[in-house]
Amino acid sequence: MTEPKTLYAKIWDAHVVDTRADGTALIYIDRHLVHEVTSPQAFEGLRAAGRTVRRPDLTLAVPDHNLPTTARTDAKGARLPIADAESAAQLAALASNAPAAGIRYIDAVAAEQGIVHVVGPEQGFTLPGTTVVCGDSHTSSHGALGALAFGIGTSEVEHVLATQTLLLQRAKAMEVRVDGVLGHGVTPKDVILHIIGRIGAAGGTGHVIEYTGNVFREMSVEGRLTVANMSIEAGARAGLMAPDDITFAYLKGRPMAPAGAEWDKAVAWWRTLATDPGAAYDKVVVIDAAEIAPSLTWGTSPEDVVAITGVVPDPMSFADPSKQAAAQKSLDYMGLAAGTRMQDVAVDMIFIGSCTNSRIEDLRAAADVVRGRHVADTVHQALVVPGSGLVKRQAEAEGLDRVFVEAGFEWREPGCSMCLAMNPDKVPPGMRCASTSNRNFVGRQGPGARTHLVSPAMAAAAAVTGHLADVRDLMGAAA
Amino acid sequence: MKPVVQVKGVAIPFGRKNVDTDVIIPAHYLKTISRSGLGRGAFEVVRREPDNVFDDPRYAGGPILIAGDNFGCGSSREHAAWALGDMGIQAVIAPSYSDIFSGNAVKNGIVPVVLPQEAIDRLMAVAAEGQPVTVDLETCTVTTPYQDRYSFTIDPFRRDCLMHGLDEIGLTMAQGDAISAYEAKIGAERGWV
Repeated sequence: MTEPKTLYAKIWDAHVVDTRADGTALIYIDRHLVHEVTSPQAFEGLRAAGRTVRRPDLTLAVPDHNLPTTARTDAKGARLPIADAESAAQLAALASNAPAAGIRYIDAVAAEQGIVHVVGPEQGFTLPGTTVVCGDSHTSSHGALGALAFGIGTSEVEHVLATQTLLLQRAKAMEVRVDGVLGHGVTPKDVILHIIGRIGAAGGTGHVIEYTGNVFREMSVEGRLTVANMSIEAGARAGLMAPDDITFAYLKGRPMAPAGAEWDKAVAWWRTLATDPGAAYDKVVVIDAAEIAPSLTWGTSPEDVVAITGVVPDPMSFADPSKQAAAQKSLDYMGLAAGTRMQDVAVDMIFIGSCTNSRIEDLRAAADVVRGRHVADTVHQALVVPGSGLVKRQAEAEGLDRVFVEAGFEWREPGCSMCLAMNPDKVPPGMRCASTSNRNFVGRQGPGARTHLVSPAMAAAAAVTGHLADVRDLMGAAA
Repeated sequence: MKPVVQVKGVAIPFGRKNVDTDVIIPAHYLKTISRSGLGRGAFEVVRREPDNVFDDPRYAGGPILIAGDNFGCGSSREHAAWALGDMGIQAVIAPSYSDIFSGNAVKNGIVPVVLPQEAIDRLMAVAAEGQPVTVDLETCTVTTPYQDRYSFTIDPFRRDCLMHGLDEIGLTMAQGDAISAYEAKIGAERGWV
């Protein structure tokens, strides 16, 4: 009988190429996603050193961060130019670097284009038990499928391109278990916001989180993607969910997933990956599902979480003096006073999108709240940005685009958009945004922008009421 | 990469917690396709505050930055390390770092020194007086002219890379046979990958 192992340990052990005397391991990388922002310097580095891409077949490139979300082609289907010269240069660099290295490249105008972390699972590029990296911290998303997935810097992007490996120190394993029944109107976004509020923005540092408990076992893959996506917001190296029948049903038949006999062989191996009974975690956090309310952030760190029924906290209520100072600074930036009811806070902007919440289930949840209502007159702009062209197409087939447009939302082309405001979609200075994205950092959605992180349903509720609102009040009683 | 063994000089007493990489370098500077010149955008938002440490002539050009817990959290952008390097930072001293940032720092010759909050508080005071701080990788210590001496630990491989300016990619490419052997083994066992 071998020693019981965690899911993390099993994936790690299956990818060790070599271990150095000092304990650093050379880890094989099965899947590498590349986008335009963090790769140009890596390709340049390869060229300067006369090195080539070792496994272009394990690499997939797609532009997402810089792309405008307005129309990309004219009425005749001709490609429209990108106004921002720097963005255009960065996008052009990827469009030339990737194909030149033999890397599969999804073009900006292809139906399959989208946010890397939406595209990977959607195409079946991300598979259970694989190691997945990308020069983007939200690579943690892919852990939803049972892949060990984490963000890397550009030097590491270059390292993976050249060698298909990384030199890594093994992280610790942390279990976050949520058991019980989620309340009416509580979504996967609320679950992960609640977890981050509980363990803090550095609560997972040095650890890989494994999400366990019936709440995650019963969650759809899309919900799991939302949760795993924000693992990095708790400081974790990665977030993992054990692959199960829900995962396999999601992946089966996807373009890049295995098929036929290979599929059966793969599933048989994937079933062995779950953490063994009795395996030990370095840290365990247990949360009762019943304590989670629809949640949102009040400050400028993702750990600044409060229930929608709550109030803006008093900075002096924090025990740690440095947190008191930070909280006061946050409130000054956010233009909020301690004690204000969150539901009394008016919003100017609505953003439904990002790698956290731009998949079809997210758009359905938002549309369910919006249907038959209209964006409040006081709202300056309300955007819906689907995570990929395929999500957009599916939503249009279901008529969701009409629901949003008739209610006063703008229905856009896929990309990262207003999550980080690298493209023209920005929250104007001083304006307040209810956003389904992942970071409420100072200036994240544009210089001076004020962000409240919420679920898609809560963003829709804020849009139609003009203020942060408890979506449960718009949903009626539980069925 | 240039080897770094000792960093001695003025330390910038920043001290804040949860400094994210959006604060270190905002997204609108990420459109560059080069690694250099990002110092101009470093801490852009902080530098709009009156009396910020980055525009204080007492700390101008200081090679050491002192910060609070969870420094470099958020985005994986290596541009944060490039921006710090471009503004002349060769070592950061903080109680903790995001995992991605500390890796990026090392790959750019910036030493991420971990010390407990009490040591940070003391070094902040020393730095505020304009007294120099010394980070030594040989002895793994941080010292001040007041005889303060703090030992720190750093992953031995990272220390080696910093002290010898090692090219990690070159090191790994030297293991090409081991990588090929792994690929052959996995190709047989897990062909779907």
